[in-house]
Amino acid sequence: MSDAIPMPGGRNRFGSNSGQPLTRRDGVLKVTGAATFAADNHPDRLLHAVTAGATVSRGRVTFLDVEAAKAHPGVVAVITPENRPPLAMDPDEKPTRFSFRTEVLQDDTVRYAGQPIALVVAETLEAATEGARLLSPRYEEEPARHGFDAVDTYEPEAVGVGAPAKVGKGDVEAGLAAATRRVEVRYETPGQYHNAMEPHAIVAEWDGDRVTLDTPNQALVMSTGAFAAWFGIPAENVTIRSPFLGGGFGSKAIIFGGQVLAILAARMLQRPVKLALRRDQMYGPVGHRGATRQEMRLGIDDEGRLTALDHLTTSATSSFEEFLEPASNASLNTYATPALLARHKAVRWDIGTPGPMRAPGEASGSAVLESAMDEAAFAAGLDPLEFRLRNYAETDPASGKRFSAKALRECYADGAKRFGWAGRPLAPGQMRDETGRLVGWGMGTALFHAPMFQAEAKATLRADGTALVETAGADMGQGAWTALHQIAADGLGLAISMVEFHSGHSGLPDGGIAGGSGHTATAGSALHAAGTDAIAKLSELAVGDERSPLFGAGNVGVEARDGRLYRADDPERSESYAEILARAGLSEIGGAGQGARDPASAEERAMFSHGAVFAEVKVDPDLGQIKVSRLVGAFAAGRIINPRLASSQLYGGMIWGLGFALEEQAVHDRRSGRIMNANIAEYHVPVNADVPEMDVILVPEDDPYVNPLGIKGVGEIGITGTVGAIANAVWHATGIRARRFPIGIADMLTRPQAA
Amino acid sequence: MNLFEYVRPASVAEAIAAAGEPNSAYLGAGTNLLDLMKGGALTPARLVDLTHLPDLGSIETLPDGSTRIGALVKNAALAHDTDFAKRFPVVAEALLSGASAQLRNAATVGGNLMQRTRCPYFTDTASACNKRQPGSGCDAIGGENRSHAVLGWSENCIAVHPSDFCVALTALGAIVEIEGTTGRREVPITEFFLLPGDTPEKETVLEAGEMIVAVRLPAEAAKLAANQRYLKVRERTSYAFALASAAAALTIENGAITEARLALGGVAPKPWRASEAEAALVGKAPGKEAFAAAAEAAFAEAKPSGDNAYKIELGKRVVARVLAMAAAGTPERMPALPASAFAPLPEGVVNV
Repeated sequence: MSDAIPMPGGRNRFGSNSGQPLTRRDGVLKVTGAATFAADNHPDRLLHAVTAGATVSRGRVTFLDVEAAKAHPGVVAVITPENRPPLAMDPDEKPTRFSFRTEVLQDDTVRYAGQPIALVVAETLEAATEGARLLSPRYEEEPARHGFDAVDTYEPEAVGVGAPAKVGKGDVEAGLAAATRRVEVRYETPGQYHNAMEPHAIVAEWDGDRVTLDTPNQALVMSTGAFAAWFGIPAENVTIRSPFLGGGFGSKAIIFGGQVLAILAARMLQRPVKLALRRDQMYGPVGHRGATRQEMRLGIDDEGRLTALDHLTTSATSSFEEFLEPASNASLNTYATPALLARHKAVRWDIGTPGPMRAPGEASGSAVLESAMDEAAFAAGLDPLEFRLRNYAETDPASGKRFSAKALRECYADGAKRFGWAGRPLAPGQMRDETGRLVGWGMGTALFHAPMFQAEAKATLRADGTALVETAGADMGQGAWTALHQIAADGLGLAISMVEFHSGHSGLPDGGIAGGSGHTATAGSALHAAGTDAIAKLSELAVGDERSPLFGAGNVGVEARDGRLYRADDPERSESYAEILARAGLSEIGGAGQGARDPASAEERAMFSHGAVFAEVKVDPDLGQIKVSRLVGAFAAGRIINPRLASSQLYGGMIWGLGFALEEQAVHDRRSGRIMNANIAEYHVPVNADVPEMDVILVPEDDPYVNPLGIKGVGEIGITGTVGAIANAVWHATGIRARRFPIGIADMLTRPQAA
Repeated sequence: MNLFEYVRPASVAEAIAAAGEPNSAYLGAGTNLLDLMKGGALTPARLVDLTHLPDLGSIETLPDGSTRIGALVKNAALAHDTDFAKRFPVVAEALLSGASAQLRNAATVGGNLMQRTRCPYFTDTASACNKRQPGSGCDAIGGENRSHAVLGWSENCIAVHPSDFCVALTALGAIVEIEGTTGRREVPITEFFLLPGDTPEKETVLEAGEMIVAVRLPAEAAKLAANQRYLKVRERTSYAFALASAAAALTIENGAITEARLALGGVAPKPWRASEAEAALVGKAPGKEAFAAAAEAAFAEAKPSGDNAYKIELGKRVVARVLAMAAAGTPERMPALPASAFAPLPEGVVNV
């Protein structure tokens, strides 16, 4: 178990760690297998737990063959609603704003297929698995409710995590009436599943009324409180170790019932218990991107300017909880229009509750917005990029606020230039490659919020001139630990090799949530502030001490650089941190810092990262197989701490967009509502051969308002824009608008085969 | 998975004796069997592990010019055997278009023939499936069946055979060598697989205890090496099962097709030899007209088994394309994306 990254021996540019393309600090541990993921923990006397999942979508469990399961060699306990020990919290309560109603064997109802209906605990994983199978449940089954046309809609109060379900300005109907051209289209996006490479897992071990959990988690400190609530213990009695996550994408930010049951089993049996989900068990209990039906109405005037934009999303949620994909809100901040409406309806299906999945709302919403904008551009007889420039938003369309920074024009220009967009024919079906394959070019605007949450950090300067920095952050593979380490070193005026970085443990200062593309900005600000605080204390020691060369520099100030404090007005006078501490007889000096958005800036400015994505696809004219052949993305996201890792995040997001556009979907049986492709052989995500030549351009952007460091985020924006760009390129190649994602071969066969 | 007995025989005879017991299964690499066992779709009481048997792992050219492939030869080893790939390029191309590099490194020739359908209703124990549980019904009918069969299906089963390798073997007229308690027999691959009819659970002619010991490609198949291709259309560029695939081999003399071999994958419960299409090609000049006619002939009997009418149109287009590719000649080097619509193509193959 390692929650500390060893101090790297790498070089750093003088005075600045941020901005350097360092390789990830945890890379060697991961490629050598030394990184310990949750399921790699095997404490002594470990028991294995496996949940049995419902095989109907709706009804009641009437029988479980508990005797057969118990009789299986190695099975230690079978926990069902009949014998489940009490929990301290009602499963309908929500201890945090990221708590969802979940299944903890509270009763015999089945609310979706895959819902845990029993927990089998055994000496081996194999015995627990077979024990769960032997339960052979019987049900009183009710018809499953599924499908946008099969179920009545309702008006929700909120979408996403507390966002308004309906936002607007101006008179949309009047705007549409005044338009010379209108585009009215309906699109659909399917349920999609996070499919992190590392399945959810937990190892729980009690010591009296304290519990230690090895579990991947995107919000460590918040989650201690949530787990504690289930067991009626103080939050400080819960320790979460989450040094490495094999992907999270939103699904490891929220506690699910299986985790609670594993902890409960460990307490009941007084032995450590491990629960690790199988791939198929990740289709239901741990969230997904909810399906949407989206209807868009765009009005355009003679100049190709929007007169109105109406985006209505019907989002699917479960029968018992509400997480509604806030897809329409993707239309709120991108294009200038006098009349704007983003609204949502909801439907309840017998499925697991959806949840946030990488770019919640924006991914599905921008897919449709950018597709509809492309349709509108063609209706207006304009190049898609020119059309977007004519509708460029100088201020935030929804709020009217000024943007904190918006280098979107530069993104359009740089991306278009790199891609070679100029000369694109307006009409579809005009381009072929040398072997006769259809070629199409499409583009889309990328946009994502630049939020901050709350985080805290500590920094400690030590007598030997090194430092320790600490915050309970989460590295899901995005490289947070490396970027945060770089920021922390800069806060201390030290080379990164002199700074030890601790994270991934709930006992450290609250690093906030790794989500919403706000982790680097939030935890990074806290770390930087902690370093600055420690340096300030160190300066006080020096400038107040006659024996220091810095004595009396209080008014002119000092600068921290490369492990020394310098008089700001005289770089010849300086002293090392170690010397200052030694003279003061201190073994260390500490600082603390917080990261949060300045409320005044938040009130005055709209804050977003922006980008432009350009795609080329090739379509076989006979066979209909689609291949993305080029992707170029240009993104402006404030100060880039680590260009290598930021690019990598953007590549990953764009590849995800490729999967959204052409591959990803959960296939539900129309009768039972059950997912029939709950595995990664049949649930397709892009493979290496799908990924084309890609280009990411980091467009410089100085944003003085988002936070003092100027950091936005890059975790999610890569998906937005990309889906639309690819869909638009498919249309440009073939003339076919599929309007239902993913776009596939069957859609392309509607084009007659050439003679 | 269920508890099972594990047997590691030292000889083919021991293996056959062990597998003669009821509810036994042979274990090759287990790339398919073990997945099905983990999901509970298959629950054999006894696994007879063939992987330690001697003498089943070689590729030999026999005195009559035929090539014999041992049942335990790995897919990757066969595809990358230079001599084999030169003589039977369509087989190598089909192999390399299947699964992933890791799976091909493990999976065996015999196991490939014995792999089970990817029909999700077969894999999912909560669904009715006549293959998995005879007489229980078929939930694929009326369910999610966009990838199901358009040829050879019955009211009891509409699943497709997932193999690429077997499609190429079928085109080239491979012989399956089988050993059982009563001795050795040989069955042409076209007769090895059975159509579902009323007994979809019975997928091959193998009787209890019988095992595949080798697959043989006849000498005359090697004569077709100059003009043969495999084409596989799938939902992503790699690592996906075929929506429709085809293996074609042609002999072209003096501007006319003198011999044609054509087999289809992803469209039928077994690798589908398209004999009518083959007959339609003989004597014709290779070209769009002949290939379109062959495509029509190949799917003359096709009918949708659900939401999959598009596969008939797709299948025809695949046939026309693979014939054009074969006519253009076997490429000198295996394309980096074997059997892909996105591999480099000779000029004139795409309809423009």
